Amino acid sequence: MIVAGRRGHLLMALAAVAIACLPLVASNYHLQLASTALVAAIFALSLQLLVGAGGMVSLGHAAFFGIGAYAVHLLPPGLSVLLTLPAAAGLAGAAALLVGAMALRTRGFFFLMTTLAFGQMLFFVFHDTPLGGGKDGVFVTRPALELLGFVIDVPRRDRPAMLLWLNLGLLVAVYALLAALMGTLFGHALRGIRANEDRMRALGYDTGRIKLVAFVLAGALAGIAGHAQAMADAFVNPEMLAWHHGAEALLMILLGGLGALHGPILGAFAFVGLGEASTLITERQRLVEGLVILAVVLALPRGLAGLGR
Amino acid sequence: MNALEAEGLTRRFGGLTAVADVSLSLALGELHAVIGPNGAGKSTLVNLLAGELRPSAGRIRLGAEDITAWPVFRRARAGIGRSFQRTNLLREATVFENARLAAQAAVFAPRRWLRAAARDAEPIERAGLALDRVGLAARAALPAGSLSHGEMRLLEIAMALATRPAVLLLDEPLAGLGPEEGERVAALLRGLARDHAVLLVEHDMDVVFAVADVLTVMVDGRVLERGPPSAIRASAAVRDAYLGHAA
Repeated sequence: MIVAGRRGHLLMALAAVAIACLPLVASNYHLQLASTALVAAIFALSLQLLVGAGGMVSLGHAAFFGIGAYAVHLLPPGLSVLLTLPAAAGLAGAAALLVGAMALRTRGFFFLMTTLAFGQMLFFVFHDTPLGGGKDGVFVTRPALELLGFVIDVPRRDRPAMLLWLNLGLLVAVYALLAALMGTLFGHALRGIRANEDRMRALGYDTGRIKLVAFVLAGALAGIAGHAQAMADAFVNPEMLAWHHGAEALLMILLGGLGALHGPILGAFAFVGLGEASTLITERQRLVEGLVILAVVLALPRGLAGLGR
Repeated sequence: MNALEAEGLTRRFGGLTAVADVSLSLALGELHAVIGPNGAGKSTLVNLLAGELRPSAGRIRLGAEDITAWPVFRRARAGIGRSFQRTNLLREATVFENARLAAQAAVFAPRRWLRAAARDAEPIERAGLALDRVGLAARAALPAGSLSHGEMRLLEIAMALATRPAVLLLDEPLAGLGPEEGERVAALLRGLARDHAVLLVEHDMDVVFAVADVLTVMVDGRVLERGPPSAIRASAAVRDAYLGHAA
């Protein structure tokens, strides 16, 4: 998996500036749509650490997203976002540690199935027990935007803009973190494992431990995405943990490009944009989405990220 | 002192005993070759020593330590390098990146995980030295997948070298090479044996007899004979069991 060069990062910075300026021109509806894409991008990016970098295709990744979101429900209302966000990441990371310690004993297809099973188990914990507050979901109080003791009180009509900036900031931070990580010895080792795990062990790499650390980090980042979603919607719902939510993130990665770190960001925007565009022309939204994704995957084996090369 | 020592190694697969009661010691500065017909258990022996397989019985010591229960990566970190019978490279990465990844393994402690690879001078230097030693320095910037078969075999050895092993387990490094390339690798093996303990599994008898200090002949998982090349060549038992077929 490659990380974009200087030109790519310049383009991404320009795109980020353009998104930050959206509140000047776009309606609140479109700001919310952009926020949805940003959160989806964070989630897909967290999965890319497993799939694109480490070669671990997981179907249970949405569980950690959901746990991050439900952290907002489980924590006492009214806390500062500076507390709830790390707590969401920590809870999701802890869950990923438990799941990863067991699931990573398997590889390939069996890993896919094991993560699916663990993901669905966690889904049913929130779907069927009092812990989750019911199978239809539950409204949550948004964590307070509190910085250094100052509560930033956002008027209702300005909220979509504020959330957009928040989610944009999170996406930039998560991307920067992963881009830097890929250049470290750890990132190199992870890429080596994707290419040839047996070889890496024979060279002296404790591949099990490296994969577990990546799995926990990916889970924690998914938890951050989940927290952002709960913050945007003031609502959490067991479907956030469901396997098809994770499969959607896999689609975004395929769409955007498995071979580039920024692929999932392109994929997430394309996916959300495609969903929106297809509702404008037809009621059979999924059919249009499916056909377009199929066409892109067949025509662009490297995904949208491969277009620039 | 012996660098690597195996004692009574046995490995059964169901009813089949692939390696039966094999004892073997590798010393620094010595090239120890294991020969034998197909199915004699040579590759199983290498996998037992490297840790890919656990022995059904027997012990393995590295220096003074009993490493019988150690996993592959721990043995590699402790100084056992190996090359694979089948070329096992990261094909899209460059030759240099392959060697550097191997060199990074030796410094890969958790406190260095987050070090930027581009600024970590030690593995870069070691990778360069390893490529120099096998004669691939001029190819460093090419994708590993674009190398010739012989060069890939050399890169395999360079990767094993870049981890700075004391013991080298080389599983058929000459497989599929032409005579010219074979000679190049043979010369390299001779040099490697000066500062490593080398175990060589190889089918090319001319090379084996030319480079080995000690030969172990395996048949049906057992050690049939052991000794310097001259003694092995003269052995009637070996000629009957093995060399006779080839000649």
